[in-house]
Amino acid sequence: MAPLVGEVAEAENEVVPSFSTGSSKRRRRVRWWRGVVLVLAGAFFLIPVYAGVKFSLQNNEHHFSFQAYESLASAPGFTAALTLSLKIALVTMVVSTLLMVPTAIYVHVRLPRLRRLLDVVTVLPIVIPPIVLIVGVLGVYPLWAKSSPYLLSFMYVILAMPFVYRSLDAGIGAIDLKTLTEASRSLGGSWSKTMWRVILPNIRPALLSATVLTLALVFGEYTMAQLDIWQTIPVWIAQFQVSSDGPVQVAASMIGLMGTWVLLLLVVSIDRSESRRNRKKLRSS
Amino acid sequence: MSHSEVTASDSGTLIPGSDAVTYHRISRLRRLFRHIAPALGIAPFIIYSFLGLGIPAIAVTYYAFQKEKGGWTFSNINFMLTGEKHVFLTGFENSIKLGLLSAVIPGILGVFIAYAIQTSNSNILRRLTSTAAGVLANFGGINLTFMFIATLGSTGILTYWLADIGIKLSNIGFNLYTFSGVLVVYMYFQLPLMVLVVTPALGGLRASWREAAENMGASSWQYWLRVGIPVLLPSILGGMLLLFGSAFAAYATAETLTLGLISLSPIQIGNYLNGNVIAGQTHVGYAIAFGMLVILSITMILYSLVRRRASKWLR
Repeated sequence: MAPLVGEVAEAENEVVPSFSTGSSKRRRRVRWWRGVVLVLAGAFFLIPVYAGVKFSLQNNEHHFSFQAYESLASAPGFTAALTLSLKIALVTMVVSTLLMVPTAIYVHVRLPRLRRLLDVVTVLPIVIPPIVLIVGVLGVYPLWAKSSPYLLSFMYVILAMPFVYRSLDAGIGAIDLKTLTEASRSLGGSWSKTMWRVILPNIRPALLSATVLTLALVFGEYTMAQLDIWQTIPVWIAQFQVSSDGPVQVAASMIGLMGTWVLLLLVVSIDRSESRRNRKKLRSS
Repeated sequence: MSHSEVTASDSGTLIPGSDAVTYHRISRLRRLFRHIAPALGIAPFIIYSFLGLGIPAIAVTYYAFQKEKGGWTFSNINFMLTGEKHVFLTGFENSIKLGLLSAVIPGILGVFIAYAIQTSNSNILRRLTSTAAGVLANFGGINLTFMFIATLGSTGILTYWLADIGIKLSNIGFNLYTFSGVLVVYMYFQLPLMVLVVTPALGGLRASWREAAENMGASSWQYWLRVGIPVLLPSILGGMLLLFGSAFAAYATAETLTLGLISLSPIQIGNYLNGNVIAGQTHVGYAIAFGMLVILSITMILYSLVRRRASKWLR
């Protein structure tokens, strides 16, 4: 906290009523409050992660140990739950990509007027409670559908929609889709070729981050899985009640969290190296 | 090929007799098709959304007005509104209160965070934001519960740190396992959601507006009061409506944190579904779900109205 306060004082001292320093004064003021906001937000989001990781790295005598992570693999039901979650995640990611990527591109190229409709529809899964959705689904869907774990995949595609669509929409909005498609078409590329060779490579970062989002969702979703009675990882964690093994549960949920963050950083670094390579290409040409 | 045939038949001179009639009919079909064809591109999406969102909503509404053994009735709704000493109304009241509080507080803070990230010089931070915010906004339920128990529970890290500087959480009326705790924990996914929603709107604030205001001698305050906030307001309100819906809808976090003891509407539905109630009353769960849908429909209508205004400045 102390250095930030110091910065404030420094900024106040610099109030010189002259035209030329006016903008630099403002920039400095912006910088200190920006620092405060970012530090506080960072603390709010990172302290719980730190607390969780620290707790999972304790043994029963509150000493540092990897005990929880070691006993995780042999914990009853963990492997089955992990396999189930991975299968559901894979199906969800594939279906979500196949559904949302063509839709998002198509709306951008051919039906820009419908973007507002999609904006509202894709926001619905945030506000319609998952519990209401699963209650409705379990009420009317046929038995063969309800007895399959992939019903969860079907619903997770819906739950991921707001985030996947937004990610793709931003990615597509950032490239000049119209010029690219027109260029490709006028050079004789078919629609499928345009899609594979021109559009998809250009929105790869957005696509990757949409996939990571979906993965995070599947490994965190509890409501639907619990009411549909499938023991995915979150349900297993909640039900694995061995009171002395608190750290084991926390370890399980921390693995998911850290896995997500590693993937996230990977996506960002791929994105960065790609844009750097592009810049280099531009400069050399 | 077929294209030219159709235009030829349209003129009606090249192909005489009965052939012209058939060609004419085909051309009309084709014209109709060409009119609808663009919409077919998003048909899979529409069908999927209908199966995943529409059908469950219709089913819930239908069952809310059905007797246990079939036949229409209002008794489920009546029971929800008056039965059990108004416990369901209390649930709605708490849920709405939680929704409003965790819409307004993270709603305002989220704008500041989004602006701080937007104007920061760090490229990585900005690029990380959209994905990280998406991941965090999805973060809920059991994982979040564990993290916060380790942070703010009775033996949590932050509880100790605060005790060291003389702040006892229990003395200021904070308890992780009650309403106040749920509110703080909800911030963990509400803040990122707000950042996600409001960032595009902040990008819409053009530098030229600020320069124009400065050239006319406006101070920073005046710029924000007269230009910035009025332009952003629809987007901020829209974001807050979304946050309201999201908090109102959340189940897993409150359920795992309070072990289902807090009376919120989603938890009450869960109790009905998990069979924690007397047999023959399961349709009351549908009635509560229907009640939630009604409140959320109002929220969504407001949202789309606000969005329309917001999109005026967004390109």
